[in-house]
Amino acid sequence: MDSFTTLTGQAMPLQRSDVDTDQIIPAVYLKRVTRSGFEDGLFAAWRTDPAFVLNQPQFAGATILVAGPDFGTGSSREHAVWALRDYGFRAVIAARFGDIFRGNAGKGGLVTAQVDQSVVRQLWAVLESDPAVPVTVDLQTRTVSWLDVTEPFELDDYTRWRLLEGLDDVDLTLRHEESVSQFEANRPGWLPATA
Amino acid sequence: MGRTLAEKVWEAHVVRRAAGEPDLLYVDLHLIHEVTSPQAFDGLRQAGRAVRRPDLTLATEDHNVPTLDIDRPIADPVSRVQVEALRSNCAEFGVPIYPLGDADQGIVHVVGPQLGLTQPGMTVVCGDSHTSTHGAFGALAFGIGTSEVEHVLATQTLPLNPFRTMAVTLEGELPPGVSAKDLVLAVIAEIGTGGGQGHVIEFRGSAIRGLSMEARMTVCNMSIEAGARAGMIAPDETTFDYLEGRPHAPQGADWAAALDYWRTLVTDDDAVFDREVVIDATGLAPFVTWGTNPAQGAPLTGSVPDPSSYADTNERVAAEKALTYMGLQAGTRLRDIPVDTVFLGSCTNGRIEDLRAAAGVIRGRKVADGVQMLVVPGSVRVRLAAEEEGLDVVFTDAGAEWRHAGCSMCLGMNPDQLGSGKRSASTSNRNFEGRQGKGGRTHLVSPLVAAATAVRGTLSSPADLLPTAPKD
Ligand code: SF4
Repeated sequence: MDSFTTLTGQAMPLQRSDVDTDQIIPAVYLKRVTRSGFEDGLFAAWRTDPAFVLNQPQFAGATILVAGPDFGTGSSREHAVWALRDYGFRAVIAARFGDIFRGNAGKGGLVTAQVDQSVVRQLWAVLESDPAVPVTVDLQTRTVSWLDVTEPFELDDYTRWRLLEGLDDVDLTLRHEESVSQFEANRPGWLPATA
Repeated sequence: MGRTLAEKVWEAHVVRRAAGEPDLLYVDLHLIHEVTSPQAFDGLRQAGRAVRRPDLTLATEDHNVPTLDIDRPIADPVSRVQVEALRSNCAEFGVPIYPLGDADQGIVHVVGPQLGLTQPGMTVVCGDSHTSTHGAFGALAFGIGTSEVEHVLATQTLPLNPFRTMAVTLEGELPPGVSAKDLVLAVIAEIGTGGGQGHVIEFRGSAIRGLSMEARMTVCNMSIEAGARAGMIAPDETTFDYLEGRPHAPQGADWAAALDYWRTLVTDDDAVFDREVVIDATGLAPFVTWGTNPAQGAPLTGSVPDPSSYADTNERVAAEKALTYMGLQAGTRLRDIPVDTVFLGSCTNGRIEDLRAAAGVIRGRKVADGVQMLVVPGSVRVRLAAEEEGLDVVFTDAGAEWRHAGCSMCLGMNPDQLGSGKRSASTSNRNFEGRQGKGGRTHLVSPLVAAATAVRGTLSSPADLLPTAPKD
């Protein structure tokens, strides 16, 4: 997984609250057999509306999503994180996240920067007047900044460390490869094998 | 302090333990199927990783496979793509697979035990919630998500926080005509769909000891419907007898060594469970569901409950919603509810003993006019064994349909779907809205009740049937 230290890029305002994972990616996209290419399913229902923020050219190429509170509630589908990542987002800024979504995001290399709703509102206002204002998400200092404003965000130490190191769950376990091999060497010989 | 069975199995699989971190647990057997594995393989491919232990991994095709015309290409493109992806992933990563048409193909939770791959004290995982089935052997077996499937494929381990433990004790002898399915439906109705949340349930007591392996699998299969992470039953002579001689069971000196270990797999007398429930098994009766979750059930002799009789508001609202969906009136006698379809199969009740029980009721009788009965063996081996005993003829003579093995109408991912507004008596495990097909209405029942229902056309137990004419 790519590591994440600091990211400066274009931000997209998503002025909605309670965006559940069904809205992030509808169930019909779950029938696929790949782990990539989910960008076309991102907010699929809303994207049919030409006025929807994802369809506005001034926000094309955004890497940071600024969303309303309770982003990513509902179904545990990891596809929601994949869809955001595949579309190009590396971070979501919001006042509250669904628990499972936040866990999945940390595993999938997506930063969930939890801030006060007042910070979200400021950002929305700034982006509204000038969509080109670059926003920085700095994971080292756990801050979000734009123009001359710098605000702290919350992210637990463990997830932050993993994202900084670019480690996924498998990488973490592979650090203990030796313990796994040792355990395997001591398994009783009569245990079954499938082949 | 003593330890519970679940704790013993857990402890025996800890690869690494560190303060503030989940335990890293070793996985002895990883079962996979076509629905929850493709992204896991794709993840491995993207990261350039291999499957660590293909020899502890086994794939079978079950959720999507048709039960008719199995020699033709799968018609539904989504199903076909999933099945083909599984085959090519298994070929690429060296994982053994039993594809459609193979003598060992079948529902993943039927195939593992019948091959003797599921043994006491093992850890068994699969990207499927009904992995709890394997706990019937005293294994710690539970369902996992797709990224966990990838983790197990890559490392043969899982980082996990310990589960809590719960004992459900059933004492006494089951009354005649009452089966494991009735027992577990009654347990779920008693403790609720969230009653086992976060726990491993150990089923114990004389009623459990008296069950066959297949019946124990039915019980553990449905522990997930009480919200539990897993269900377990301590291994005993019944378990060992079932396993002895199976293709993957230990042999000779290994068998003796394994037995010595297996006999230690019991909850110590002074062990403490986080929660305990005791149920008198002698009071149980054939049980059916009337609602849209597995806890909404009642004895077959009862009636559809009146939602206003519930003190709890949530339960009342849930019951009202369920009755509307199910198209049922409060007060209707359960035995007067007519069905369109009877489904005998699934990982809950698709084993040979289940087919035998149902055939015993159907023999010499006819499926009622206007009722469709699907008999779907849980595996090819079950199908072959049943045919050897002539059970297929018993079913087809009665007017039932004898199908090929798979999940079938348990969840309707293949063409076997319950039509909108149609009503089924089903031996599967979930009566959720639309589970068997959009708009379909499901009553969960035992194989005995399924068979009697097919004959009478309304929810029935064998005791409701007229005697068959004596054979000449
Ligand atoms: S039979 Fe039903 S519950 Fe069992 S594995 Fe298949 S779909 Fe799942």
